[in-house]
Amino acid sequence: MSQMFQIEFDNVPEERIVGIDLGTTNSLVAHMTLGSPRVLEGHDGKIVPSVVSLGDNGGFIIGNAARQELIDHPERSIYSVKRLMGRGVDDVQEELKLFPFRIAEGSESVIQVMLGDRKMTPPEISALILRQLKLNAEEALGGPVTRAVITVPAYFNDAQRQATRDAGRIAGLEVLRLVNEPTAAALAYGLDKRKEGIVAVYDMGGGTFDISILKLHDGIFEVLATNGDTHLGGDDIDNLLIRIALEDVQSEWGEDISHVGEAVQTLRQAVIRAKEELSFVPVTSIEFAWHGKSYKRELTRELFENLIRGIVDRTLGPCRDCMKDAGVTPEQIDEVVLVGGSTRIPLVRSAVEVLFRAKPHTELNPDEVVALGAAVQAGILAGTVENQLLLDVTPLSLGIETYGGVVTKIIHRNSTIPASASETFTTAVDGQSNVLIHVLQGERELVKDNRSLARFDLKGIAPMPAGFARIEVRFLIDANGILNVMARDARTGNEQSVEVKPSYGLTDEQVEAMIEASIDHAEEDLNARQAAEARVDADTILIALERAKKNAAYGELSEEERQAISAAVIQLQAVYNSTDHLLIREKVEALNQATMSLAEAQMNTAVRSALKGTHIDAER
Amino acid sequence: MESNCWNCGASAPERFCADCKALQPPPADYFVFFGLPAQLSLDGKELEKQFYALSRQLHPDIFARKSQREREYSLEATAVLNDGFRVLRDPIQRAMYVLKKQGLDIGEQGTRDVPPELLEEVFDLNMALEEMKFGDEEARTQILGARERFEGMCKEIDGELKKLFAAWDAGHDAEVLTEIRGLLNRRKYITNLIKQTETA
Repeated sequence: MSQMFQIEFDNVPEERIVGIDLGTTNSLVAHMTLGSPRVLEGHDGKIVPSVVSLGDNGGFIIGNAARQELIDHPERSIYSVKRLMGRGVDDVQEELKLFPFRIAEGSESVIQVMLGDRKMTPPEISALILRQLKLNAEEALGGPVTRAVITVPAYFNDAQRQATRDAGRIAGLEVLRLVNEPTAAALAYGLDKRKEGIVAVYDMGGGTFDISILKLHDGIFEVLATNGDTHLGGDDIDNLLIRIALEDVQSEWGEDISHVGEAVQTLRQAVIRAKEELSFVPVTSIEFAWHGKSYKRELTRELFENLIRGIVDRTLGPCRDCMKDAGVTPEQIDEVVLVGGSTRIPLVRSAVEVLFRAKPHTELNPDEVVALGAAVQAGILAGTVENQLLLDVTPLSLGIETYGGVVTKIIHRNSTIPASASETFTTAVDGQSNVLIHVLQGERELVKDNRSLARFDLKGIAPMPAGFARIEVRFLIDANGILNVMARDARTGNEQSVEVKPSYGLTDEQVEAMIEASIDHAEEDLNARQAAEARVDADTILIALERAKKNAAYGELSEEERQAISAAVIQLQAVYNSTDHLLIREKVEALNQATMSLAEAQMNTAVRSALKGTHIDAER
Repeated sequence: MESNCWNCGASAPERFCADCKALQPPPADYFVFFGLPAQLSLDGKELEKQFYALSRQLHPDIFARKSQREREYSLEATAVLNDGFRVLRDPIQRAMYVLKKQGLDIGEQGTRDVPPELLEEVFDLNMALEEMKFGDEEARTQILGARERFEGMCKEIDGELKKLFAAWDAGHDAEVLTEIRGLLNRRKYITNLIKQTETA
């Protein structure tokens, strides 16, 4: 059997590119199978909660199992790590008030989070989630998975995109493309079938909000404009409800539990349950028990809607701006697609309906649609999906710092990517050998109001009088929305060396080191899997032996033979739980040898019985 | 494209080599890239059609399984395609691009000096903007009036430009180009004024 599978898989290696939705709350992996995308299932379902916990033995617990750890060991568990991706400590001060992230000392350029006593960067933590998805995919597809398309919020900036790509690399995945989540959703809906039209995708997930407006043109999905808020999502609703419940608890119990990690996590799960129920029933309650005390509060949908209206309304501004940038009116929008778990909330649906004057599409599961779209994009890259093409845009303008702390925009937001701009730089002082270019992302006029991406140091400029050097710098945003910078000396045509100093994020060397470290882990993981597979083989032979003992042939064996079999069984059982798969396999093989004559005898018995015309069960 | 195919060495390859079908490095000039005459008047529909057709041929998605070198050319070519489409689809950006190619770049200085005929308008607008800051509601009406006038001026300029574009296309007369540059400078100045009124 295995031989046959082998051949089959060897024929289709190109197709084994998976699509991954690396979400704030949940993550999924999908694959294009026989012309349609499907979500791949792991041992405990399709959804891998984006939760990571450090176990007692120093190993990591990921996904569903880690959710319980979040309550039992909050100090060494983490959720919503996506909120920290590509960010600096200054960026996340607001999150720190609401999320139990423990930021390590010395986290200036890259945040480091404490998991127990271990320091980790957000890309490393995300890589653990990705590795789990990779394993699930490998199991479901029956072979190694090394290439992926990963989705990101459309409104993610360069640093956040780079951090996501780094996470992929650390997880042992070649990230062939980063795709914007709303665009992926549009692909999943296969809205191209309508040939021409304008579509709005409203994507409200756990931590981020995106709105994209696309023009469909005979299989081309052209994004006209995108907008959003990378700090807005279902988490905000949860935090609001938690805050209210904590206040109630304080007044009812006379106790402030807001700093007790376990209590807050238990409460978080209680409010999430209530929030989710209110999408289907008009009234529910938040119920919470802690150390013998209990709290219960009735929550009607009406009250809930009044509470969250402010959060929902915050999505409408970006929607209007997006329509303006796309140059369309609500009347021109033919279809609206809803993505993300938060769009199950009736108030969100009605707000979208009112704004766009169209009934939104909800046929596909909003939790799965992004992963499905990522799988379609993977199919496009693999060449298995034809005649479909995504033309996406950059969500934020790219600029360079000029005199007086002012930003000069060189690539405007909503430009179709890949997009580029060239600028020529020169020296200001005689003999100057370096020129430093500060690149920013954002829409504001002043440097301090924009997001610093990196400083590019043009080094080794030949000594010349001021103003003589002519260094031509090309800024290119690739199809992933990530900036690439190339420089050349316009006078000589020679390539000019550029040193990149990212403002936030990991350097290439740091990523390499993390990949190295993860390969060590990968070996552990591989060993564990091989041992598990060897145990499966051991089970097979042990079960077969038990069954054979009831066969007449067993009675025909000599005492010696029977003793040899028993000894082999004991030896196999002794190494059964070993982590050394070779050792297990060796004992399986020994038992195999010891039972050889039994197998022959059984065959003979079977043949004799058959000749007699008696029916016996053939051993499988 | 006078060089040989980088892959098989065949002479004078087009966008793709006729012999080995390898993608060639893209030309930098937008008109050449789109295969259009370097004209100031352009059929927008035709340009868009070309944009979609070329996207299907050149996009990095289509080259995902090709060699490193072809992937790079695909990225380069698609960047030129997208940049070029952005510039050529917009009459003003298109004209500025042609001016630059002809060595008549619109410098930043051009927009800083107030065109003499606008001096009074600009003075009044600045006064009104100042008054607005102190909550003068009358100033707001004044600003809105000014914006309407500026928008009218822009429209007028656009009409004149259209005629001049046709004139340049017909004879490539350098004087026409200088005239276009003057109008573009004036237009840029006025659009900046409109932007100022929008902050009010």
